[in-house]
Amino acid sequence: MTEPHGGVSDEEVEQIIGRLLQLGVLVAALVVLVGAALLLGRHGGAVASYAVFHTEPAALRSIAGIVRAAFSGDATGIVQFGLLLLILTPIVRVAFTLVAFVLQRDGTYIVVTAIVLVLLLFGLVFGGA
Amino acid sequence: MTTLTFALLIAAGSVTAGLLGALTGLGGGIIVVPMLTLLFHVDMRYAVGASIVSVIGTSSGAAAAYVREGYTNVRVGILLEVATTTGALIGAALSGYMSTNALAILFGVVLLFTAARALKPRAEHAILTTPDKWASRLRLDSTYPTASGLQRYSVTRVPAGFVVMFAAGILSALLGIGSGIVKVLAMDQLMRLPFKVSTTTSNFMIGVTAAASAGVYLHLGYIDPVLAFPVMLGVLVGALVGARILTRAKVGWLRNLFTVIVVVMAVQMLYKGFTGGV
Repeated sequence: MTEPHGGVSDEEVEQIIGRLLQLGVLVAALVVLVGAALLLGRHGGAVASYAVFHTEPAALRSIAGIVRAAFSGDATGIVQFGLLLLILTPIVRVAFTLVAFVLQRDGTYIVVTAIVLVLLLFGLVFGGA
Repeated sequence: MTTLTFALLIAAGSVTAGLLGALTGLGGGIIVVPMLTLLFHVDMRYAVGASIVSVIGTSSGAAAAYVREGYTNVRVGILLEVATTTGALIGAALSGYMSTNALAILFGVVLLFTAARALKPRAEHAILTTPDKWASRLRLDSTYPTASGLQRYSVTRVPAGFVVMFAAGILSALLGIGSGIVKVLAMDQLMRLPFKVSTTTSNFMIGVTAAASAGVYLHLGYIDPVLAFPVMLGVLVGALVGARILTRAKVGWLRNLFTVIVVVMAVQMLYKGFTGGV
């Protein structure tokens, strides 16, 4: 992205994307912090052990489940929602990069960026293979 | 140990990891998983899940600063992300079929490789100016700011870089790391991008690669909120503080300290992997 097309310069796009990424991380970190505070307040005295792996409960493994748990005020759900927002941040960045290439009418890179976006959404929505 | 003590200890360790990672430029992700498995006896899969989330945080948090400096080559980044995200999705799917001992051995090898890279003095290569077939077809050549104004550069060996990036994606997913060292190696040494462009473009790619495997790990139940929150917040705070004091700190001895930590962790990971102690 070197030449400005369609009224947006590369620098402007990159500036906006950079700010957006920081904002995404900030919001995600704040949500995680709120959830963590609630979690430690409610269950801080419980015994923690992660030596044996047993998958997370289904509610914390799907997007719909996480959103539901978070909005019902469940502390672990809120933390997981914050982590989900963090995972979404680079995905949103790729989406914005796609928009920038569309505005620049750059066919090759519209295709390349769309492939990356589809791969990311495939992982997040369907859990990969 | 209660959840509160556990979270506080892990947060303290993660701040240190983030700080060292930012100050040495080697990334904190590489020592988060060994710390969790060796010191806190966390299962590799939970450790990888928590680590990959923290990798997204530091990569995205640092990106804005880099973007303003105008070094990132977005075309190179997004093109190679096709390789890293494909690798990451495959790596995440593979992780379920690999024993934690095998993962620990792989981790040990990557740690040793990291230490070797850290010790090697960085030699600046000459900037290429003759366009390469793939580079011109994909318009990868660009400019970057130097002390004497904008400098043009060309990119070479695009297919080889693509293959190495695919491997970097697999490693990133399997081990919960950013694989920044492999990414920089591919762009700096193979594709001959200027070093500054390689590191910032690598950072741009790390978050996207990590997001691909994190999405899969969320579904596989590797991401535990109680374990992930002190890691994510700790590494983020450490990395942000590290980036602030970076210009004032003398990093030479810190790099040596980091290398020693990495070697000790490598030996322990290899030992645990081979003796089945993970």
